[in-house]
This record gives sequence, C-alpha cells and structure tokens, in this order.
Amino acid sequence: MADLSEATRRLGIYRRLLGAQVRSHSSYRASFGLDLTANALMPLLDVAAVLAMFRVTKTLGGFNAFEVVVMFGFSATAFTLADLAVGNIERIRFYVRQGTLDAVLIRPLSVLGQLLTLDFTIRRVGRLVVALAVLGFAVSRANIVWTPGRMIMLIAGPLSGAVFFSAIFVGTATVAFWWIDSGEFANGFTYGGKDFTSYPITVYSGLFRRVFAYSLGFAFVGYYPSLALLGRADPLGLPAWVSWSSPLVALATAVVASVVWRFGVRHYRSTGS
Amino acid sequence: MSALVIDVRGLRKEFTITRKAGRLRRTRHTVAAVDGIDLRVGRGELLGYLGPNGAGKSTTLKMLTGVLMPTSGEVRVCGLVPVAQRRRLAARIGVVFGQRSQLWWDLPLRDSFELARHIWRVPAADHATRLARFRRELDLDDFLDTPVRQLSLGQRMRSELTIALLHGPEVVFLDEPTIGLDVVSKQAVRAFLTELRDRGDTTIVLTTHDLADIERLCRRLVVIDRGRVVHDGTLGALHERYGSRRRVLVELDEQLSAPIELPGVVQESSSANGRLITFSLDGSTTAGELVGRLASVAQLRDISVQEPAIEDVIARLYASSTTPPHPRRSRP
Amino acid sequence: MIADLATSARRSAGRQYPRTRTIAALVVAGFRRYTTYRQATAASIFTNTVFGYLRCYVLLAAAAGSGLAVTAGYTPQQLATYCWASQGLIGVVMIWGWTDLGDRIRSGDIVADLLRPVHPVTSYLAIDLGRAGHASLTRFVVPMVVGAISFDLHTPQRFATYPLFALSALLGVVVCFGCRYLVNAAGFWLLDVRGVNLVWLFGSSLLAGLAFPLHFLSEWPWLVTGLWVLTPFPSILQAPLDVLVERGSVGQLLGVVAGQAAWAGVMLGICWYVQRRADRKLVIQGG
Repeated sequence: MADLSEATRRLGIYRRLLGAQVRSHSSYRASFGLDLTANALMPLLDVAAVLAMFRVTKTLGGFNAFEVVVMFGFSATAFTLADLAVGNIERIRFYVRQGTLDAVLIRPLSVLGQLLTLDFTIRRVGRLVVALAVLGFAVSRANIVWTPGRMIMLIAGPLSGAVFFSAIFVGTATVAFWWIDSGEFANGFTYGGKDFTSYPITVYSGLFRRVFAYSLGFAFVGYYPSLALLGRADPLGLPAWVSWSSPLVALATAVVASVVWRFGVRHYRSTGS
Repeated sequence: MSALVIDVRGLRKEFTITRKAGRLRRTRHTVAAVDGIDLRVGRGELLGYLGPNGAGKSTTLKMLTGVLMPTSGEVRVCGLVPVAQRRRLAARIGVVFGQRSQLWWDLPLRDSFELARHIWRVPAADHATRLARFRRELDLDDFLDTPVRQLSLGQRMRSELTIALLHGPEVVFLDEPTIGLDVVSKQAVRAFLTELRDRGDTTIVLTTHDLADIERLCRRLVVIDRGRVVHDGTLGALHERYGSRRRVLVELDEQLSAPIELPGVVQESSSANGRLITFSLDGSTTAGELVGRLASVAQLRDISVQEPAIEDVIARLYASSTTPPHPRRSRP
Repeated sequence: MIADLATSARRSAGRQYPRTRTIAALVVAGFRRYTTYRQATAASIFTNTVFGYLRCYVLLAAAAGSGLAVTAGYTPQQLATYCWASQGLIGVVMIWGWTDLGDRIRSGDIVADLLRPVHPVTSYLAIDLGRAGHASLTRFVVPMVVGAISFDLHTPQRFATYPLFALSALLGVVVCFGCRYLVNAAGFWLLDVRGVNLVWLFGSSLLAGLAFPLHFLSEWPWLVTGLWVLTPFPSILQAPLDVLVERGSVGQLLGVVAGQAAWAGVMLGICWYVQRRADRKLVIQGG
C-alpha cells in the first residue's frame, strides 16, 4: 500500500514536470500551431514516400500496397509512440555538454525520468494521431480475416514496437556518454529503424538484412506483426509462431537498453563531462 | 549524530586526458584534479572554498553533491555517501552551480518555485513560510510573474538561491554565486548570505573569486591549488602565515627625535621633512599601542590604518604553492 | 544606428584590401572549421551509409517489381547511383542541422555580424561553400565508395557529366543555403523557429528528391513540372542527381542546371531583401 502511494506521488511529480514543459512550449505561440501542424504532417510525408514506390510498381518485395501500408502503420505507430515518450533522449549529448545533467543529478528524482520530461513536447501527439489513422485505414482495406489473436496483435504489435523503439532510442542515446561528438550516429538506428520497418524485410538482403532484421530485431516491429495480421506465411521461411513473438523481442531489447543506460550513467559519473 | 556535516578524507579524483601527439598518435595522461583532500565542516559553518581556475574546486563540489564519483577517498555529507545515496542526499542539500540553472527557462518564475515544492516534496506550509521569507529578503516580488528567460543576471541569481534553499537544506553549495553580477546585486546576495550564515542552521560552502565575498562572508577559508589544500583557517591566519602587514600612516607636527622601537613594528618610509611616516605591523604590537607610544613622544596631526590587501595575500598564496606539476602518470 | 553603421562599415572597408581575398579567407575558414569536427563527420557518414543501404534496397525492389528495364527513366544501376549519391549530397548541400545564423540571432551576437564590413549573406555563403568543399571530400566520397562496393552503380558515359555535375552540385549548395538562411532568419521575428524548421524539413525531404526520385510521379506531369518551376526543392538534390546519373540528353540536363541557376539567383535575392528588413527591425526594436 505504501509503495503504491509512493508510486502515485512520483507519477504526480512527473506529471507536473510534463505540464511545465507543455506550458513552456506553448509560451511561443507563433510557432506552436505551425509546429503542431508540421508534426502531424510528418507521418504523411513518410507514407507518401512509401506510396511513391507504388507509382512505378504493383508489388514491393512480394507485397501489395495495402499490405506494405499495414507494415508502415505498425512501424509509424510504434515509432511515434516511442518518439513521444522518450524521443527527446537523443538530446542527451547537449545535456552532457551544457552540464544540464549535473543539474538533474542534484534533484531527488530518477535521472532517466527527469531527462524524458525535460524536453517533452506535446506537439508530437499530432504524429501519433496521423500514424494511427494510417494504420486504421490500411487495416480496413487489407482484407484481413479477423480472429481474436489478430485483434490482440493489432494492439500488442504497436505497443511492443513502441517498447522496442524506446529501447533503441535510450540504448543508442547512451552512446553519447562515451562519445559526446556522436552527432547523428544514433539516427542511423532510430530514424533508420523507422524507415527499415516501414517496408517488408524481403526487399533487403545480405548482411544488412541479417543485422537489422534479426540481430537488432527490427523485423519484429512492422514485418512479423503484419504477417500475423494478414495471415501470410513468411516468404523467408521462418515458422508461423515467429510472427507472434514481437512482445518477447521488445522485452528483451528493453532489458538490454536499461543495462546499457545504467552503465552509461555510471560512466558519466566517473568521468564527468 | 556528529556535528560534522561534511566529512572528507583523502579525496581524490583522476581524469584521463587524451592528447594529440602528432597526426594520428594520441597519448593518454592521468591527471589528478583533486589530489588527496581532507575537509571537515561543522553544522552552521560558512566555508569559503577558494583556488585559482582549474584548482579542483568544481570537481570537489561535484563529488560532494553526488554528481561525480571519487576515484578514492571517503566522503560523507549529512552522514550520506553522495553518489550511492544521491536521491536521499539531494533532498537534504541545495546547490547553485554558476551556469547550470534549476529554473524553468520559459515559465514565470513563480512556476519554478511551485515545481520545486513538488520535486523536493516540501510540505505546503513550510514552502509558503520560506518563500515568503525569500521574497522579502531577496526582493523577488517584482519579477515573480516574469518568465525566467527575461530575468536579468542578478534577478536570476537571486532566484537560483531561492530555489536551492526552498526545501530547507542542511547544506548549500554555492559555486560562484556572485560571478558577473553588478555591485547592487552582489551586495544583495552577500547580505542575504550573511543573514543565512548568522541564523546558524545552514552550512554553506561557497566558491568564489570575489575577494569582497571572502572578506565579508567567510570566517573560514580553505584554499586549494592543483588539487591540494594549501590553507585551512581564518582570513587572519592567512595574513599571518603569508606575512601580510597592516600599515599605520601618521602625520606629525615635528620630526621624531628617536626611532620608535616596538616588537614587530618597522618604519617603512618617511617623507623628506620626516613628518609623514609609514609603519608596518606584523601583529605582535597592535595599532593602538603604536599610536599610544607615538602620542607620548610627538604631537599627532593625523593617522590612518591600512588593512593588508587580500588580493596580495591570495596572489602570493597561489604563486607560492609548491605542489608537484600536473600530469602525474603517463602511458603511451 | 546599427543599420547605418552596418552599411557604412560594409562600404568603407575594402578600399585597399581586395574583396575577393576576404571571401577566399572566409571560404577557407569554413573548410577548416569542419576539419575539426572529425568525429561528428564520421557519425554522419555512418548514418548516411545506413540510409544508403536502406533506400537503395527499396528503390531496387521497386525497379524489380515494375518488371521493366527502365523505371521512371532510370535503370537499376542509375537508381542505385541516384540513391548513394543522394546520401552523399545530403552533407554537401547540408539539408539539416544548420543553425549558425539562428543561434547568433538568439544569443544577440548577430549585432556583431552586422558591424562587419562584409554583408552577412555574403559571409555566411562564403563560409558555407568552404564547408561544402570539406563535405564533398568526406561525406560525399565515403557513401559513394561504399555504394560502389556493395551495388552495381552507373558510370557516367559522357565526359561533360563531370564538370556539369560539379556545377549542378554547387548550385544545389547555393539554393539550399538560401533556404536555410531564410529558415534561420525567421528567428529575427519568431522566438522559437522549430515550427519553421519542421516545414523546411517536410519540404526538403519529400520534394527535393531525397525520399524518392520525383520522376516516380511522372503520371502527374503537372505536379512534377510545378515542383520544378514553383519550388526551389528539386534544384537542391534532384537536379544534381539527374545530372550525375545522366537521365536525359546533355541539352535537357543543361536546361535543368539553368533552372537551378535561376533559383539560386532568386533565393539569394530574397535573402538579401530579408536581411535588409532584419537590419531595420534590429534598429527599431533593438533585436
């Protein structure tokens, strides 16, 4: 009971920090509306790029446009959820350089929790709404035979993907503790991962596919959940249960990311900025 | 529970620095930024922590506040180990790091204080009492509703002090709280810190380069250089140790018939007509005794006493410290 | 006051000292500045390379799916080259991450720029050309090499393609610079330019030919033509990329480059005008 009230109190503090952040941003009125709109347009930009491919072809890697947009919908929903929740962790290298991290360390709250609320921006909600709309549209047009399992996957897929992407965000941002000038390095995995998961992994090949799809686990964000939903066998020959394993992959990735994060903070505290 | 609020023994912090040596080769040096510091501070003390740039002041403060992990040595602040017990410690200390603001840049100042109440979980009544006091003492009322980004530097620093103290910390660490402030703001900050010191319930550790801060505020000075303590004591002790002398200037109606002979008194100079004389005193004789003696042998027209200049003492101290040079070990 | 001082500073200087030498010095400074960002350059190259693989596989899958030897005017080799060169050119034209002017506006340092004897647009452009020179030796070369190792790329068939590509890439840098300058200059009037930045990001990544070759939309010729004529975006990447992969005859590609030159002139003109308005605003409102 005590733990529960403690937890609610903690949440209350973070809610207030978030509120402060939202108010900070809305204090710049002129840009706020523009920013919100542009944010809502972001997933449309991405889906336009996918659809542009279908101006010159009927199938991509053996999948038709609706099937690919289902994958895109999973990927975009997962990514925007993760981006909304933890995306600003990529600013950590600025926090290290400007010493913001020191200011964070002298408050009686968790480091990660504070950093996530530090630059939280509500504007990204617009992206999530659009991503959800794209997913809903694609799912309604892709001739899916609904079963209870597939309905669960429609919810669990994007959530697992969001956990997965959050882990990728945190894990790759941690690199900045060792390598302050890591610049866009993490983008290769975060935004790169978003692009990768927007298409069926059958379009890729060789070492590149092996590393991104399986070693890093990106195949489990858009591709496999979509196969489960569409009831299609994996053209790459993996057994059907693999299509349902996204939540496990997400969990494992989250564990790895949290270990890396702890390691990173410890490193920062032993070397300073 | 001992009266020691800060207890530091043999504190060391080493950094590895990679330096370019030629086009591709890099050499790694281990540098001790803090090199074996012992420090004990009791409840309610105000400690001036001084040293030239790069002496290890900020590194020490970071280790005391739980931001940085020591390489070796023992640290206890409020009986806690800073890094291991960071969050518990954070609730009991307050910190102002010169450029690293605790305030919410875009929000009215008032909101930052309100958020601080929740972050540090201050009971509403305590918060209200303290805030009222700081509003009065630091004159915050004029800009409570101004977004922080529009505050002047002086207003910002007064706000930073407030937010660092709102949760009633037992120790506050102030890293150069007067840097860059105008004269009026400096005086406001100093007056506030004097008041805080005189209440006696808050231990204050202050780093500064401002000599007026040192003279007005610090009863105890710890001077470090190249990571080591080179002085720990009062300002007076510092003067004594570095041979600072007070000077007494006298103007007489006539020349002295015989030189004054008192222990520790030296006649430094006299004017051509012998009526303007400067004496320097090392402390074994008081200025009063000297003036008394002078009055008994000559007619005094005017006297003035010059305190030793602290600039000179500090400069001499920094220059004379003889710790070994920086890089201690190197490996290719 | 400041605007007067700025103009008079710009006019009075340089009587004895040749202007070209000042500009050359700025170009060199821009180049040298980026040689010091080695690690960030390496990180960017890594990311560009990852995206090179990603986009290349997708484009080739589209080409394979079409079942045609030439898709939207490109052979698979031309598409692969298009893709890798686009990743290399991102850094050269520097679509993202240029906040030099915006940062100085926010910090107020911009006033110091106005008091220099070189017009801000000229000096920032000169520095940017130096930067682009550095990027073309690092950020352009590495992805091209990686792409050539991993994929079958198109080798230019005409010698004229090399100088024409260099010119087209240079014009791409100037057009992109103009856009970035305007996006940054929004900071003179807006406190928070992130919204403007996002609009730029949107236009530049979708309409510049980065996400896909605009010719993929050739079913709607009015749209493609409209983009070329009415927006500066295709002049940034699509144009130099088409020149490099030789999509079309020399005459057609000369026309493309002429269009770029026109856009470069227009953008710089707008920059000059906006800067003049900004000077005046600083004078009246003090920044």
